[in-house]
Amino acid sequence: MSAEEVAGAIESGMTVGIGGWGSRRKPMALVSAILRSPVSDLTVVSYGGPDVGMLCAAGKVRKVVAPFVTLDSIPLEPCFRRARQAGEIEFAEYDEGMFMFGLLAAAHRLPFLPTRAGLGSDVMRVNPELRTVRSPYGDGEELVAVPALTMDVALVHMNRADARGNAQYLGPDPYFDDLYAKAAARCYVSCERIVDTADLLKEGPVQSLLISRSMVTGVVEAPGGAGFTSCEPDYGRDEDRQRRYVETGVDEQQG
Amino acid sequence: MSSRADVCVVACAEAFRGDGEILAAGIGGAVTVLAARLARLTFEPELLTHDGVCLLTGDVPALGRAPEVVEGWLPFRDHLWLVLNGRRHVMLGASQIDRYGNTNISCIGDWARPKAQLLGVRGAPGNTRCDPTSYWIPRHTPRVFVPEVDMVSGVGTDRGAFELRRVVTNLAVLDFRTPDGSMRLVSVHPGVKVDEVVAVTGFDLHIDGDVAVTREPTGEELRVLDRLDPERARDREVAA
Repeated sequence: MSAEEVAGAIESGMTVGIGGWGSRRKPMALVSAILRSPVSDLTVVSYGGPDVGMLCAAGKVRKVVAPFVTLDSIPLEPCFRRARQAGEIEFAEYDEGMFMFGLLAAAHRLPFLPTRAGLGSDVMRVNPELRTVRSPYGDGEELVAVPALTMDVALVHMNRADARGNAQYLGPDPYFDDLYAKAAARCYVSCERIVDTADLLKEGPVQSLLISRSMVTGVVEAPGGAGFTSCEPDYGRDEDRQRRYVETGVDEQQG
Repeated sequence: MSSRADVCVVACAEAFRGDGEILAAGIGGAVTVLAARLARLTFEPELLTHDGVCLLTGDVPALGRAPEVVEGWLPFRDHLWLVLNGRRHVMLGASQIDRYGNTNISCIGDWARPKAQLLGVRGAPGNTRCDPTSYWIPRHTPRVFVPEVDMVSGVGTDRGAFELRRVVTNLAVLDFRTPDGSMRLVSVHPGVKVDEVVAVTGFDLHIDGDVAVTREPTGEELRVLDRLDPERARDREVAA
């Protein structure tokens, strides 16, 4: 399918999870298609990078759920900063590990998972809906009950996929893209290249097959579709283009 | 002859002394990364160090260089697992820190509508709750050392920190080994006066009698640092 068809399958008010991490392997072709679509009022769940910033700048976002928003080589994301400082968006600010447990809970269809991460910090103050649970065993420890980060749609960008949605990463880090796929009601995968199923293992070991077609609703072939974020080993981050985005607040390849 | 940055790197490396076979994680930049690598190459050889991305390195490369030997894989999900597991000592940064070591990297001003949105809490809540944590603060100023932080990201000794080992700044070394867990001035770097540190700290520091002077790097440490950082990136990170 096309990036436009993915954007067209997203409705206003939905919760959308976006894979990658910071300015790394973000499904930017799919994000750009959302920017061009009429959808709005989204809740965006992300280890945030320019995906979050661009969606905020375009007025598509009601709420961001994230432990950070960063461009990695440039620490602060300009559009997210502006949106926060203008009071334009709600923010559920989680610890990175809490956030992973929220993804794990959703992927496993559990209502919550317990963790120590977050206890004692102002994450508990600014997210007053968060609850704690007490261990039912002898230790009796009080822990944060991280609610499942369930989502209507997940968007991830992978190096390779077959047409049915078996998707492969070839870089050094899977990030959490498999968890997004499992956490969402529907997952759309964009990829650098669609290949025959029989060719998947020609470029990487079986462990690189991160996402199964059973978790995937649609596949988009989008060469360069993570740019300007990195998509190792196909390409690194386009630092010049990212710098120009920071200077102008707009990415030159936004439709 | 050692520079202020050399003294700072060694003071940060000292935070890892005695840690043994755990991950020494610097959050980035030159000083924290050099500190972990220097400790491993000198007095703490069992330490694990990483390449800043997701490899545990078998050798100890210079800044910005790829390792020749890889001994393990540590993608982000395993970093987050390791935080809970606890076999990790991280040296974080802070935009604000208070006398109990509560730190803020999230935002300045009212959280609901901040004057300045910063990074977000990142992993600081879990790091500080579950692992030994130290801080590297390259600019010791009253804007950083504040009576109260705006958003508690890393938790302090009064909020259940696992262990805050030490705080190293461009001027001094501090820790929290006091009866009430408040910040103590351990040593001032060579050439820095105690009064200077007191003047740029926005709360009362615990000071026991005569304050020591931070030790100078040894000749061996300087030789290792020159190999790890021949361009002297460390000097550019430390406020004069």
